[in-house]
Amino acid sequence: MDLHELNDIAADQRAAQKPCVIRCCMAAGCQSAGSVAVLKALQQAVTEAGKQNTVEVRSVGCLRLCCQGPLVQTDPDQRMFQKVRPEQAPSLVSTLDGRTTDAEPCDPNAPFFALQANVVLVNSGRIDPEQIEHYIAADGYAALARALTEMTPQDVVEAVTRSGLRGRGGAGYPTGVKWSLVARSKGDRKYVVCNADEGDPGAFMNRSVLESDPHSVLEGMAIAGYAVGASQGYIYIRGEYPLATQRLQTAIRQAGRLRLLGTHILNTAFDFRIDIRIGAGAFVCGEETALMASIMGERGTPRPRPPYPAESGLWGCPTLINNVETFANIPQIIRRGPEWFASIGTPKSTGTKVFALTGKVRNTGLVEVPLGTPLRVLVEDIGGGSPSGKIKAVQTGGPSGGCVPAHLLDTPVDYESLAAVGSIMGSGGLIVMDEANNMVDVARFFMGFCMDESCGKCIPCRAGTVQLHRLLTRILDRKATRRDLAVLEQLCGMVKETSLCGLGQTAPNPVLSTLRHFRHEYEALLRDE
Amino acid sequence: MARLKLATVWLGGCSGCHMSFLDMDEWLIDLAQAADIVYSPFVDAKEFPDNVDATLVEGAVANEDHFNLARQIRKRSRWVISFGDCAVTGNVTAMRNYFGGAKEVLDRGYVELATQKPAWPSDPGVLPTLLDRVVPLHQVIPVDFYIPGCPPPAGRIRKVLSALIEGKEPHLEGDDIRFG
Amino acid sequence: MAVRTLTINEKLVSAPEGATILQAARENGIDIPTLCQLDGLSTVGACRLCLVEVGPSGRLQAACVTQVAEEMVVRTETPKLREYRKMIIELLLTERNHVCAVCVANHHCELQDLAVKLGVDHVRFEYLHPHLAVDVSHELFGIDHNRCVLCTRCVRICDEIEGVHTWDVSGRGTNARIISDLNQPWGESPTCTSCGKCVQACPTGAIFRQGSTVAEMEKDRQRLRFLLTAREKREWLV
Ligand SMILES: Cc1cc2nc3c(=O)[nH]c(=O)nc-3n(C[C@H](O)[C@H](O)[C@H](O)COP(=O)(O)O)c2cc1C
Ligand code: SF4
Ligand code: SF4
Ligand code: SF4
Ligand code: FES
Repeated sequence: MDLHELNDIAADQRAAQKPCVIRCCMAAGCQSAGSVAVLKALQQAVTEAGKQNTVEVRSVGCLRLCCQGPLVQTDPDQRMFQKVRPEQAPSLVSTLDGRTTDAEPCDPNAPFFALQANVVLVNSGRIDPEQIEHYIAADGYAALARALTEMTPQDVVEAVTRSGLRGRGGAGYPTGVKWSLVARSKGDRKYVVCNADEGDPGAFMNRSVLESDPHSVLEGMAIAGYAVGASQGYIYIRGEYPLATQRLQTAIRQAGRLRLLGTHILNTAFDFRIDIRIGAGAFVCGEETALMASIMGERGTPRPRPPYPAESGLWGCPTLINNVETFANIPQIIRRGPEWFASIGTPKSTGTKVFALTGKVRNTGLVEVPLGTPLRVLVEDIGGGSPSGKIKAVQTGGPSGGCVPAHLLDTPVDYESLAAVGSIMGSGGLIVMDEANNMVDVARFFMGFCMDESCGKCIPCRAGTVQLHRLLTRILDRKATRRDLAVLEQLCGMVKETSLCGLGQTAPNPVLSTLRHFRHEYEALLRDE
Repeated sequence: MARLKLATVWLGGCSGCHMSFLDMDEWLIDLAQAADIVYSPFVDAKEFPDNVDATLVEGAVANEDHFNLARQIRKRSRWVISFGDCAVTGNVTAMRNYFGGAKEVLDRGYVELATQKPAWPSDPGVLPTLLDRVVPLHQVIPVDFYIPGCPPPAGRIRKVLSALIEGKEPHLEGDDIRFG
Repeated sequence: MAVRTLTINEKLVSAPEGATILQAARENGIDIPTLCQLDGLSTVGACRLCLVEVGPSGRLQAACVTQVAEEMVVRTETPKLREYRKMIIELLLTERNHVCAVCVANHHCELQDLAVKLGVDHVRFEYLHPHLAVDVSHELFGIDHNRCVLCTRCVRICDEIEGVHTWDVSGRGTNARIISDLNQPWGESPTCTSCGKCVQACPTGAIFRQGSTVAEMEKDRQRLRFLLTAREKREWLV
């Protein structure tokens, strides 16, 4: 495979394109709503209508409005249908001839779609994730080709640095800085690891990316391998994601066959192989040192840092570890240029972010917006507001994050602004709450999660989360006094400052942020001494 | 100097702490000169009096009688002192918690282990109502001071009482706060 | 060997490059409480008792795993550290059943000693009172999970010094347990050589010699030192 052959594949694929495409979402959300049967019925309806030569029924990744699945969209007229049932397939196919259908329409120009950005999810819902030719026809692997043939590894690191991209796995560490650390680290072997452990309750951004556009992640990893000098990559994916795993396996096999992975990639001296490692469902294995222990076949528990993975990671070798979404951004940064990327978002938070919008909001699903978009736009315009009419707060950052109260909804979604109101960006979970949600109960829910997921290695997190959970329960049972509230606050501070890894260090955040914004709800539940 | 009004109370414990109190031997005579023992297993008072200066409480809180007495003690004492490991930590008394709640404990004691007539006693007043969990004193009422030890050695008790007699805040440290 | 100069508690001290803050402090007579650390074993930084304040921001770092650096400023005794260490001991005391009065290790227990040292005279949190097993299937020793603090000293000494790896940890969070081999009774362990090293390494009464009753289980922590000196320097010093 060389650059010409790559271009040929793209050209062939575009030439073979039939004039009409019916795209049916086959990501896990729509599959669970019955889209497999819908896809079959659509294929049959096309055959029965004798349109095989002009209409392609395509299985695609996430079309975003997950709450209304199964979703189907048609090209070129861009009509969209929701909650499609298999028996509606014939009439739906007939719309291509201008006829009517009883399938429920969905407005693709509604704010939910119109206000979204298309960077990470650009191919999601458009290409068939199981066909590498589709990805290549959408300029896939062109960035890898450019990096390998026109850029030095330093150029690549430099471009990523200039793009301002920050890690999408939670902490927002500048990706370029991390890459240059690994690139400069000395070692015969180096590794690139993709963190696809996505364990936050309610979060499914990474899963959607992997199910909808797996090659973008592989390409990002290969570019990273070239930039830092690694020839082996691992994707650590949680066992709860069988569809994403299967699509990744297919994608790795296809890319290997075309020599876009493996040895002498694109006829250069660059070798890069990717293997999958499947996690067993422990949230803590998303923490980078625990994840690496798990890859190495050890018990998945974190260890103190330093040394950071960049210096000593897998088998003691320098290791680059990034999130799925971080890698998915890379091909476009290389292809369209760091300046283009940096022009999206805010100066310190460039690019877009994918969110999983859930909770008491009309439109739940997958949402991509430029960083810096006000929370209000996300939940009121895109999300359509709360069905009960009044939003009380929005939880960002999952169990490590915090609640942003309704009066602060104009806060722009960027790393610094969210931190300033006592929350974090996190990996992209967005849970909307209305007046029916008691904030102490919300805090206890997240504490229960951290308590169950604590690995048990260090005392503050292992035993402290249990005590915090008990104190919150006492408060909710109206058995707690002011003394208990004081102990709660003290223990929050202690667990935050003394825990070994990020799980324990952030476990008190939901309590601290609800105490900050909704203290009266705690106080109302106290009893006299 | 006004005489110290001292009380000692025996809740869910083995009375070992009170035995240790008696181990203060001849210092008890000094104590008698500076303090009145207004309520205690050692004296014959029926009702916990008002305006007590300091109350030493032995034992964990295991039943409703303990619970009510503890609240009364708190209302009527200036200083409440947890006296011995059972009051401070629950200790051996709280080991029944591993069995589960009150029902499991009573079943174990009166049914499973009984050789004759396996049944809970039914006569009124025989069994105080057990709390579901045995808890240390400070989980029920605010406590001002703690004397750990099972039992606390006589010297430890004396240090605390001497301070109280002198009108000072007691202070224990080092080996004097060792549990067990 | 390169030497690093740092300040611990306003005192200038020097330590070889690569030494930990804990080693530098001990070398200079400064005491930092520890529990999971045991000389001669790898460090895990798990108990968090040895946390010290580092630098102008006072960031908390575990002294047992943090290496000294030039011009590092370290504080080992501040009101905050004292309070946090105390809370760590309190948390441990609530988590399992540390009934000192009836424990084989009473008066010979590192957990009890730490409580004394750190001024824990009562516990502010609720006792959990879990129902836990005692395994006395081994002919010489026993393990009482009621007293285990999950320091993993047994795991490491068995793996790193005896070279057997009978022990490991299963489960997570507060349900984590020390297990022998594939969660078998210790007495049925095909790997245990009955060397007794874990008995000596265990800081509490969790691993004990059978036949010991209350307060009888004295531990010999020097034994590990002795073994290591013998192994590394070929000197059999008692
Ligand atoms: C408890 C815990 C869970 C985590 N889970 C994830 C995860 O599921 N996915 C992820 O990318 N990062 C997760 N992280 C963050 C990783 O440790 C690491 O910072 C991240 O993968 C780095 O990638 P990035 O720089 O691209 O964000 C987790 C961290 C902690 C402390
Ligand atoms: S903070 Fe929690 S998850 Fe992290 S090492 Fe400690 S016990 Fe394990
Ligand atoms: S006795 Fe020796 S071999 Fe057996 S578990 Fe303990 S350290 Fe390992
Ligand atoms: S058994 Fe002893 S040495 Fe092993 S983890 Fe428990 S307390 Fe530590
Ligand atoms: S001694 Fe350092 S963390 Fe335990």
